[in-house]
Amino acid sequence: MSKTLEIRGLRKVYDGHGRSVEALADLTFSVEASELVCVVGPSGCGKTTLLRCVAGLLEPTAGEVLLQGDRVAGPPPDLAVVFQEYGRSLFPWMTVRANVELPLRSKRLPRDRRDQLVGGALAAVDLGDVHGAYPWQLSGGMQQRVAIARAVAYEPQVLLMDEPFAAVDAQTRAELEDLVRSVWRRTGVTIVFVTHDIDEAVYLGQRVLVLSSSPTHVQEDLAVDLPAERDQLTTRSDPRFTQLRTHLYAQIQRAKRGGGQPSPPPSPETAAAPGT
Amino acid sequence: MTAARRVLVAVGLPVALLALWWVASADSQSFYLPPLRQILEAFADVWLGPRLVDDVLPSLARLLAGLALAAVAGVALGVVVGGSLRLRAALEPVLEFLRAIPPPVLVPIFILVAGIGTTMKVLVISSGCLWPILLNTVEGVRARDEVLEDTCRAYGIRGPARLRHLVLRAASPQIVTGLRQALAIGIILMVISEMFAASSGLGFTIIQFQRGFAIPEMWSGILLLGLLGVVLSLGFRGLERWVLGWYHGLRRAQRGPS
Repeated sequence: MSKTLEIRGLRKVYDGHGRSVEALADLTFSVEASELVCVVGPSGCGKTTLLRCVAGLLEPTAGEVLLQGDRVAGPPPDLAVVFQEYGRSLFPWMTVRANVELPLRSKRLPRDRRDQLVGGALAAVDLGDVHGAYPWQLSGGMQQRVAIARAVAYEPQVLLMDEPFAAVDAQTRAELEDLVRSVWRRTGVTIVFVTHDIDEAVYLGQRVLVLSSSPTHVQEDLAVDLPAERDQLTTRSDPRFTQLRTHLYAQIQRAKRGGGQPSPPPSPETAAAPGT
Repeated sequence: MTAARRVLVAVGLPVALLALWWVASADSQSFYLPPLRQILEAFADVWLGPRLVDDVLPSLARLLAGLALAAVAGVALGVVVGGSLRLRAALEPVLEFLRAIPPPVLVPIFILVAGIGTTMKVLVISSGCLWPILLNTVEGVRARDEVLEDTCRAYGIRGPARLRHLVLRAASPQIVTGLRQALAIGIILMVISEMFAASSGLGFTIIQFQRGFAIPEMWSGILLLGLLGVVLSLGFRGLERWVLGWYHGLRRAQRGPS
């Protein structure tokens, strides 16, 4: 598989008011094509900074981000972002349909292609019947669906999601997680999903990157060896799921305390015999 | 509330006030405060004739031209200034200084530069209307949401598309506020600009009546000005409902279901 995304020696220092804050110390990792990678870490560890650097919205202090081998300098055309603040990332003066369509217009796609993509994307997120509504007429979960539809219709190579479900209720959140999995499996888009929720990271990801606390580096790169077919009930009650989340939880606690030796990732064999 | 009741509530107080005026002034012997009956008679004679075309419509046309000029210049400048932190810091003191100058004192200067014709009057009106539009636009452009800004950048929405779909729409509530303030200033300046060296127009006509001691006619002109204000603000409200429908809906949604 080819490396869709490569992050090499990424460092970001914020300068301001006479003191500088090192948000990212030295991050190196890569993401394969069509992978779904979750990024977790203690709060304030620079998850959003990382994502903004990858999206080309923020200039790194050192290091580089490569998207399909090209260095990212400014937002690349085949990358889409779903922001945490759904209420602020949709245009309140546009209908749902116009919101999803606007990026396609700036891509200069012909009208019938736009119609096709918008209709398909809204149907994929189960919002085929609200084309003419305004975002603020919808619930929070539905608004985030619109934002996901906008990202999907854009047909990106890479989809970045910045704690997209942090502000919705638990039930909606579970539905949206399944939606992300289904969109990912259907389209084969590469997804980098930033979250502070360990369960969510294990449930969604093929891999979970654990970031240390500031100054931030990659503390662990954990493969999630759960079956590809996941659902909220069986996956979450799988002993392996529990094992992985427990391990991740310990890792984050360690990250909060400021590093130390990481424990080896749990082997699947111990899951078969939880008594040992 | 039904439509009929709403109209009734809106019209109730004006009708009551007119009735009060009518009754209180019915036996008035004062030369300067004639009975309302006389004023209304004069109103029909004076304004529903050739004066409508010769005085009222040109005044209104100058008002709208001045307002339009100020709107274009104010929004264009406001977008530029509001988009740049450095420019804003540099220009703010100057803008506040210029804004503080009452536009009527500029009339003699405009007469020197632009003569006493239509150009001068339109310039006077727009010079007063510019400031509320400009300053409100600057504020609206400055306060646009940074997540929306990031969204535009991430999805390659740049240049004219960004201006049209993000900057102007995000600032539109403030622009409309500026326009509403400008409308009120514009009506005042429309009248004042016609009081200097003019030969036609509403302000000119009212002053002529006053100087010729045609008191009921003078009053009828004042009444007409008030009526124009009402009509213009109703028209403006229609425009606002059309442009800012999303904004009022959003505000209602944020306040929660009531």
